Amino acid sequence: MSINQSGWRPTSPEANTGNVPASVTGNKALMLEEALIFEIGDAHSTGVDFAAPSPPRGEGRGEGKPSNAAPGTAPHPTLSPKGRGLSRLGNLSRTAPIGLPGLSEPETVRHYTRLSRQNYGIDLGFFPLGSCTMKHNPRLNEKMARLPGFSDVHPLQPVDTVQGALEVIHQLAHWLVTLTGMTSVAMSPKAGAHGELCGILAIRAALEAKGEGARKIILVPESAHGTNPATAAFAGYSVEDIPATAEGRVDTAALKARLGPDVAGVMITNPNTCGLFERDMREISDAVHAAGGFVYCDGANFNAIVGRVRPGDLGIDAMHINLHKTFSTPHGGGGPGSGPVVFSEALTPYAPLPFVENQDGQFVLVEEETAGEHHAGSFGRMVAFHGQMGMFTRALTYILSHGADGLRQVSEDAVLNANYILRSLDDTLDAPFGPSGPCMHEALFSDSGLAAGFSTIDIAKGLIDEGFHPMTMYFPLVVHGAMLVEPTETESKAALDQFIAALRSVAERAKAGDPSLKTAPHFAPRARLDETLAARKPVLVWKDPAPLAQAAE
Amino acid sequence: MSRYFTQDHEWVDVDGDIGTVGISEYAQSQLGDVVFVDVPEAGKTLSKGDEAAVVESVKAASDVYSPVSGTVNEGNAALTDDSSLVNSDAEAAGWFFKLTLSDPSELDSLMDEAAYAAFVEGL
Repeated sequence: MSINQSGWRPTSPEANTGNVPASVTGNKALMLEEALIFEIGDAHSTGVDFAAPSPPRGEGRGEGKPSNAAPGTAPHPTLSPKGRGLSRLGNLSRTAPIGLPGLSEPETVRHYTRLSRQNYGIDLGFFPLGSCTMKHNPRLNEKMARLPGFSDVHPLQPVDTVQGALEVIHQLAHWLVTLTGMTSVAMSPKAGAHGELCGILAIRAALEAKGEGARKIILVPESAHGTNPATAAFAGYSVEDIPATAEGRVDTAALKARLGPDVAGVMITNPNTCGLFERDMREISDAVHAAGGFVYCDGANFNAIVGRVRPGDLGIDAMHINLHKTFSTPHGGGGPGSGPVVFSEALTPYAPLPFVENQDGQFVLVEEETAGEHHAGSFGRMVAFHGQMGMFTRALTYILSHGADGLRQVSEDAVLNANYILRSLDDTLDAPFGPSGPCMHEALFSDSGLAAGFSTIDIAKGLIDEGFHPMTMYFPLVVHGAMLVEPTETESKAALDQFIAALRSVAERAKAGDPSLKTAPHFAPRARLDETLAARKPVLVWKDPAPLAQAAE
Repeated sequence: MSRYFTQDHEWVDVDGDIGTVGISEYAQSQLGDVVFVDVPEAGKTLSKGDEAAVVESVKAASDVYSPVSGTVNEGNAALTDDSSLVNSDAEAAGWFFKLTLSDPSELDSLMDEAAYAAFVEGL
C-alpha cells in the first residue's frame, strides 16, 4: 500500500474539558471583536487615491488674477504667493488635519461587515416588540418600490408624466377608505404621530368652522399610546386623563361623565395598549358626538382588526394607519414611515392638501391653486409634496398580493399567535388582563411574582442571551414591570414555541432569583451596559489617547 | 422645624419663613439612578404647584413642583456636580432649593411624615 505521510491522522474530537483559554485577539471564532474605526484607522492610510492638485497655474500666464481686477489692485487673495494653483476656498480652507481615520478599502469593508454581524433584525430572528409590529417585510414590496417608474420620479414632474405613480396613491387610498369604512383619506402624513396631528388639526378646523373653537379639552384614556396626549398638547389642547377599568379598558362611565361643552374630542387607541379591543367604542363615539365632540382613534394597532372591523362603523371621525406596521415594512424599513389618516364625512371637508383625484380618467393633484373649487375648508398642508411614495408602493403591493381574504387572515393569525403566547405563558408569568378575555395582537405580562430585586429588565437581558430581541418593557404604564409581546402573523408555530420555551426558562430563573440573570447578557458582544454612568458621564466624542501616552513617556 | 410632604412626593422643611425643598426617599427609589438635576435660580418667584425643578433619571425626566409659594433663595449647587446625592441622601443633603414662603398657611394642606408614610403605603 502507499501512505500519504502528511502527519494528519483523522480522529474523533476529544471531549471538551471546559478549560478553554480566552483567545489572544478577543475574537470568538466567527464572532469577531471590532474596535472603533478611530482606533484601527490612521492618518496615513486611504482607500482612495486622488491625483495631486492640478499643475501650477502661475502668475506668468496671468491666470491667477481675476480678469476684472482693476489695474494696480492686490492679487486675488486666494492665489497663493508662488502661484501654486488657484484655490476657490478663500479663507475657509483647512489649516490643520481634522483627524479622520483612514483605512484601505478591504479594511473598510471588513470593519462595517463585522459591525453588521453584531446587529439584530427581523431578517435574523424573532423581534417581539409590542406596539411596533415587527412583521416580515415581503421582498416583493421592495422589488416593486425599486421599479424605475416609482423610484426615479421627482415630485415636481408634470403630472402627465407620473400618472402611474399617482394611480398607486389613488388606488391605495381607495383600499384604505374601503378597509376602514370611512369617507376620505389624507395620504401625506409621514408617520403615526404626524397622522395624529393631522387628525387633531382637522378636528380643530371643524370645531372652528362651527364657531366652537372654545372647546379646549381632549380626553385621553390611560390605555392610549403615549403620543396621543403629546399630540393634543402640541395642537394647543389641554389633556385630561380618563382612567382604565380593572380589566384594562376605557372606563366608559368616567369618560361619559366628563363630556361637556368644553371637550373638543377624545383620542382612543383601539385595540388599546393593553392588547385589548375597546368593546364600548360605538357607545363612546355616540356619547362624544352627542356632546358635540369628535372621536380620534389611534390606528397603530389596526393590523389586529383589518378585514374584521371597520372603524367607520364604530363612529370614529379620524384615524391614522401606520402603513409601515399594518402593511409590512416595519419601522419604515429603517427609513421613513407613513401615516395616512382616514376621515369621516364630518371631517372630510377639512382634510389637508394635497390629494390625488381621478378627474375623467386623468389623475390630478388637488393643491392650493385648485382646492378652492371644491375643498376650500382644508386646514392646510402638512408636507411639501405628496407623502412617502416608497411606502405607498410597498403597502399597495402588500395589499394586492394578499387580497381582501388574505388581509383578513393576517389579522386573524396575528391575534391567534398573540393568544397562543398569552395562554402558553400565563402559568409562568402574571398576565394582569388575561381574565379580560382573548387579547388582540399583543400579549401583556407583568413582573409580579419575580424574586426580590428582579425586574422586567433582567428578563429582557436574559432573552438576548437566548438569541431574541427583547419585547417592549415597562410599557404600557398601567401595568407594573410590563412586558408587551407582539408576535405578528408572520412567525411560524415552531418559532413561537422556541420563544415561549426561552421566555419560560428566563422567567423561571427570575422567579427563582438566579443571580446570573442579573448580569445577563453573557453571550452578546457586550455585557450589560452601565446606563447610569453613560448618562452621568457621557463620552460623546472619541479622543485620541496618543497625546496622553506621549506625556507619560 | 417641621417637615411636610405633598402627594407629588416633594418634602419641605420649614424653619421660620424659610423652606427647604427636596424629593422623598420613596420618590428617589422609584426614579432609579438620578443622572441630572436642574434647580431654580435665586430670585425666581414660585406659586404652589409650579414646576420648580427637573430631576432626570435613566428612566425618565420628571418635574418637581413647588410645595408652597415663595421666592427662591438658592438652588443646591452640590447637585450640579453630583446628582447621585438625590439617591444617597434624598431627604437631607440631596435637597433641591430653599425659598422664602409667601403664604405659610399653604402648609396646612400638606401631609406630615406619618400621613405621607400612610399615603405611600397605599400606592
